[in-house]
Amino acid sequence: MSDKIIEVQQLAKRFGSFEAVKDVNFTVYKGDVFGFLGPNGAGKSTSIRCLLSLIKPDRGEIKIYGQTLAANRSQILARTGSIIEKPDFYKYLSAYQNLAIFSRISGATASAKEIYQMLDFVGLAGREKDKVAGFSHGMKQRLGIAQTLLHKPDLIILDEPTTGLDPQGIIDIRNLILRLRDEQGKTVVLSSHLLAEMELIANRMVIINKGKTVVEGEVSKLLSSDDLVVQLEIDKVESAKNYLKNHLPQLEIIDSTATHLELAITKSMLPELNKSLVQQGFSIYAIESKRKLEDYFIKMLKADVVE
Amino acid sequence: MLWNSVYNEFIKITAKPRSYLGLLAITVLVGVILFALKVDGQSMIAFVTSSFEQTLSFQGTLLNGNLVAFIVLQMLIIHIPLLVALVTGDLVSGEAASGTIRMLLTKPISRTQLLLSKFIAGAVYTLCLIIWLGILAVIVGKVLFGNGDLMVLNSDGLVILQEQDVNWRYAGGFAVAFLALLTVSTLSICLSCFSNNSIGPIVVTMAIIILFTIIGTLDVKLFDAIRPYLFTTHMASWRSFFEEPLPLKEIIKSLIILLAHQVILIGLALYHFNKKDITT
Repeated sequence: MSDKIIEVQQLAKRFGSFEAVKDVNFTVYKGDVFGFLGPNGAGKSTSIRCLLSLIKPDRGEIKIYGQTLAANRSQILARTGSIIEKPDFYKYLSAYQNLAIFSRISGATASAKEIYQMLDFVGLAGREKDKVAGFSHGMKQRLGIAQTLLHKPDLIILDEPTTGLDPQGIIDIRNLILRLRDEQGKTVVLSSHLLAEMELIANRMVIINKGKTVVEGEVSKLLSSDDLVVQLEIDKVESAKNYLKNHLPQLEIIDSTATHLELAITKSMLPELNKSLVQQGFSIYAIESKRKLEDYFIKMLKADVVE
Repeated sequence: MLWNSVYNEFIKITAKPRSYLGLLAITVLVGVILFALKVDGQSMIAFVTSSFEQTLSFQGTLLNGNLVAFIVLQMLIIHIPLLVALVTGDLVSGEAASGTIRMLLTKPISRTQLLLSKFIAGAVYTLCLIIWLGILAVIVGKVLFGNGDLMVLNSDGLVILQEQDVNWRYAGGFAVAFLALLTVSTLSICLSCFSNNSIGPIVVTMAIIILFTIIGTLDVKLFDAIRPYLFTTHMASWRSFFEEPLPLKEIIKSLIILLAHQVILIGLALYHFNKKDITT
């Protein structure tokens, strides 16, 4: 059996004259925590909604568990849990009643005991009978996770699950996702603006921009390329900029402040940069490599714009 | 899965305070009518029968439970559509407005089943309203005013129906009234599929009923061709059960037109809902 959980090929969707998704392609494997990245308006939410059959694509193919989504919607969704943007519940019903309602149409109706256990698992023990109207955003998010997991799905799709959460809430969600992968072997597709968070938990990712896949692959490999972003703490910043422009034109000055220079540079050029600046009498106080997802993300988007 | 979803819909309807507004409104309205008839009903009846007194002699109590029920039904059947639409117009659009439709449609239940469960729940709610109206009008009416022959003034003239000949007519009349209200319920759920806010379908349902009623009332030749096919024309068909002889053909025609409306509206709603992109 293939270990591919999701295969998306040439996905396209148009709303009127606006082409929200043009050509999105990616593959998610069993056990992945798969990061789904892109700037606002890139087509992330539309693509994710297509995965859950909330939006019907105009073109392309979506296969989940090796089955075509269009022809096997019910079987696929019975094994899939999701939160899209924010979990919305019936405010006039209790946490327990809300879970019971979603459970009844999830293909495997949970018992009262299972619902109570799930509420306990997400930290809502003791609030089972409280109406959702009185819940904070974080509590609703946790209830959303409970709703996602109650029917024991193999695949979990979370679209911006940390939006509006406080730092502790973000850490809780991160730990929960890692537990789901490590302890229960779930596959998680995660869309988020919080790139630092994504870097901590995703093992594979896709970046999409303007409705197209820009890059897809393993996070560790994509971030370990020779290309670096470094931040120099240096004196005489303006002179240093002029010197670099004239003598090392192959590197790119991304940004500068009164005390810092941010450069795009290959790893092999770093010793030469250091040596030549020192030889020219500049004082370097610190060199910090910023080979982080955020920089990689911005770089890929810039490259996409240039193309 | 369909029945699980129907059960869910019942839970949602029974938990929403607005669902009880209809029952409360019917109770208050019927209560006011019964009170008014108890206090001043005799003079009202005397006013109506005065024009017949030269040719007819009335004996016994004309103001009885059967007449009261008839008056209640006649007065309220125009207003109940609003109470029906208040709940059913919100069944789909309310979920879109609150975002729960997104959650529901990521579950393995099919869109057709989900929507059908809402139509079924809407039908049951409508049935509850009409049964409650029946209990208050017929049963409470008879308890307060006693039993007796029913005098009905139709366009053809005065019809007197014997006491023992009335109950089955009420059963038939309420059944037809239910079908008429079910058409309203179906219309508002259908409109609800096209909207992402709760109020729109309720307002549009009422607007359509008012518009069709005006078209049905205006004596304009242009409307003659469409008038027989408007569902509002058949909303008063329950009255046919109180005619003598029973106009069976007209009743069946009304039933067919009301059912045809329901089938078309359900079909339209299913077609649109199944194609609809959920972007809210």
